Amino acid sequence: MALDPACLDYPRRAEGYDHDLYPWSAIRDRKPIVWPEGKSVAVWLCVSLEWFPITPSDTPFRAPGHMATAYPDFRHYTAREYGTRVGFYRLLDAFKKAGVTASIATNGAIAERYPDIIADILADGHEIIAHSTDMNGTIATGLAEADERALIEQSLASIEAAGAPRPTGWLSIARSQSWNTPALLKEAGFDYSCDWVNDELPYAFNNGLINLPLNHELSDRQIITVQQQSADSYARQMEDAFDYLSGEAASHGGRMLPLHITPYIMALPYRIAAFEALLGRLAARPEAWFATGAQITTAWKAQQ
Amino acid sequence: MQEGQADPGLYDFARYRERPRISWPGGKTVAVWVAPNLEYYEIDPPANPHRKSWTKPHPDVVGYAHRDHSNRVSHWRMADAMTKHGFPGSVSLSISLCQHHPAVVADANERGWEFFSHGVYNTRYTYGMDEAQERALIEDSIHTVREATGQTIRGWLAPALTHTPRTLDLIAEYGLDYTCDLYHDDQPGPVKVKSGKLISMPYSLEVNDHYGFFVYNMSPRDYADTLIRQYERLAEEGAESGTVMCIPLHAYLIGQPHRIGPFEEVLRHIAADGRAWIARAGEIADHYYAHHYAEAAHGA
Repeated sequence: MALDPACLDYPRRAEGYDHDLYPWSAIRDRKPIVWPEGKSVAVWLCVSLEWFPITPSDTPFRAPGHMATAYPDFRHYTAREYGTRVGFYRLLDAFKKAGVTASIATNGAIAERYPDIIADILADGHEIIAHSTDMNGTIATGLAEADERALIEQSLASIEAAGAPRPTGWLSIARSQSWNTPALLKEAGFDYSCDWVNDELPYAFNNGLINLPLNHELSDRQIITVQQQSADSYARQMEDAFDYLSGEAASHGGRMLPLHITPYIMALPYRIAAFEALLGRLAARPEAWFATGAQITTAWKAQQ
Repeated sequence: MQEGQADPGLYDFARYRERPRISWPGGKTVAVWVAPNLEYYEIDPPANPHRKSWTKPHPDVVGYAHRDHSNRVSHWRMADAMTKHGFPGSVSLSISLCQHHPAVVADANERGWEFFSHGVYNTRYTYGMDEAQERALIEDSIHTVREATGQTIRGWLAPALTHTPRTLDLIAEYGLDYTCDLYHDDQPGPVKVKSGKLISMPYSLEVNDHYGFFVYNMSPRDYADTLIRQYERLAEEGAESGTVMCIPLHAYLIGQPHRIGPFEEVLRHIAADGRAWIARAGEIADHYYAHHYAEAAHGA
């Protein structure tokens, strides 16, 4: 019996991509980027600040880090809350001590439940990126367009209601989008989203939405939780990356190192010191420009 | 192969001692070849009944975009490191990359790299193909790569390592010289096929960057150390009879900014060691066919 002939039919086999979301571009063919003050490596700190209902949803999928035991899963509910109550404040202190600003990708539920946190983020000069409603707010194809539109609007409304400016950036849970997401984000007025990890500099989708790649391979979730490496190893890997990007920047123009941090992963008592020390070393590097997502995309856009 | 038999009959057993001695050019002890996988994964492929492409509903943003990183950013980073240290590539090629991103294929070709087929897309699998369909895939591979690069493919690594019982017989019939799909040895050896000749070219799953980072969850420096240990052992044993070390790569893995620096140290180590014959797969196959195939195949 033969394989279904559709499996040997290649309707999009032509120059460019097999989709119309964004055009192909090789990073080395682009005009070199120059970051403000002549810095060569933009360091983008992005913290995911999340609220996990103890009643998890699997529609369209269960978020990474969500409840794992039979109901009621006290251990995961409270361990995630630990990240918000305690760990996040360790991170805020670490950022202040290093003199750097970050983007905080924030669930709308955080703003609704803990408006003090929003005030503390804003007081320290950090950016808030919209990051869905809560950790049941996952997106994938199959989610009705109207429901996805409402989820995006609700995420924004919750943050604005807590007194924050309307976010210009979006991060999906698990970076998961549906076919509708880029259009819906554009419709909601976002300047940029952070979900596509295919590049190391901002680039524009065909609809004008900027993608600011938040490298998942460099995330604490990937390195510490998935690959089970130590905080010291994580810090070494980030410095190795910085060193390489700094060298590359000398011949190819400005580069970017995105550090994706999760409070309940990185900000534990036995890990935070390694992270603080890493921040201190990176902040001391003359090539480093610590910037928020909005600052990076703005600097990039001005050079297009 | 012997379809349906408990032993597929791919090759004869040969113990790792008292084999006919393999000698590499220049008295080198280990032939080292680097196999970058230059791939294209589709965002919305049709479903093969035997295997799903993506674990999530399409688009699997992270899965697709991670692999797309190769063709926008990390191919050149990986390739520059190889060129700098004198390592040509033998490319496991999703042949549709010739259409989608010809600049990537042209870059590899201009560096003097060799191409073998890794199917049309790494999201299309051979499972379930009938003979005519599999022949069409092989003929497509030969014609597409020839048109894009001027090269005639000599090897095969099945797309996403998916095979049929006919695959090895068919590629030998079409005149291909080596398969990278068999993992039974650290030396090349004859493969039993219905017509023509075929050898197994040692590739590697164990030191493949995908295994290093996504099966064994190694840190970049641990993976670099793994490659150096693999090299040191094979170079040492190769003094008795030449061995082969393959370093299979994916730019979206090895070319990430936290990994490429430690990897460069591996290339520097091997290039400086003196025992390595740094070669393309086709050169290793040529030498093996010219000097060692007949003796190994005798009585096979």
